[in-house]
Amino acid sequence: MATKKFMYVNRKAPYGTVYALEALEVVLIAAAFEQDISLAFIDDGVYQITKEQSTDGIGMKNFSATYKALGDYDINKIYVEKESLDDRGLTADDLMPLVWEDEDDDWAEKPSIKIVSREEMAAVLAAQDVHYSF
Amino acid sequence: MAMLHIVNKSPFERVAFKSCLDHALAGDSILMIEDAAVGATDGTIFSEELKAAMADKSVYVLGGDLAARGVSEDRMIDGIKVVDYAGFVNLTVENDTTQSWV
Repeated sequence: MATKKFMYVNRKAPYGTVYALEALEVVLIAAAFEQDISLAFIDDGVYQITKEQSTDGIGMKNFSATYKALGDYDINKIYVEKESLDDRGLTADDLMPLVWEDEDDDWAEKPSIKIVSREEMAAVLAAQDVHYSF
Repeated sequence: MAMLHIVNKSPFERVAFKSCLDHALAGDSILMIEDAAVGATDGTIFSEELKAAMADKSVYVLGGDLAARGVSEDRMIDGIKVVDYAGFVNLTVENDTTQSWV
């Protein structure tokens, strides 16, 4: 099977709607098919990967820790749009430190998150074969 | 007749929050729940608009919804009050009417 470039575009905050959780589940399924996977976090999607999420007060399952497992599935291209962070008063420091281990570099731990400008994000999106929108 | 306005949509994604602010009257209360909770954050493209509304309206946020989205209470605009579900119920009782800006 030929490898395709799959992009999962996340634009919604978690918990208010089911989009974020559904996207995460689809991404984990896709990982099993060994495709070239990227994730984009744009607009309110950036809230999906904020650190220190606590769902104790809303009675819902906190699934944010699952994003930290993406690196173990060789999903290490996670693009976050800087303008989306800026508009919401957020910085890269407010995000979970998502990492992966590079097999070709003595399993060195490397960051998966790339903060990109809107212009760079447009180019990343344009370079994909398939887009899934959540 | 004081009214409680309940908003559950992010101000960065929908116009519901802005429409609420445009229709709320002096003395009214505004409660942010679900995805609207992120609107309580200071230093955003929306915060100045909310601060202006706070000159003559009371603004509340459901604490659990704020925490779920990773926004700590020390990042909030000064003057916004955090409530829990019991506080939510109190607000509906204290106001004459309630409108949800879904």
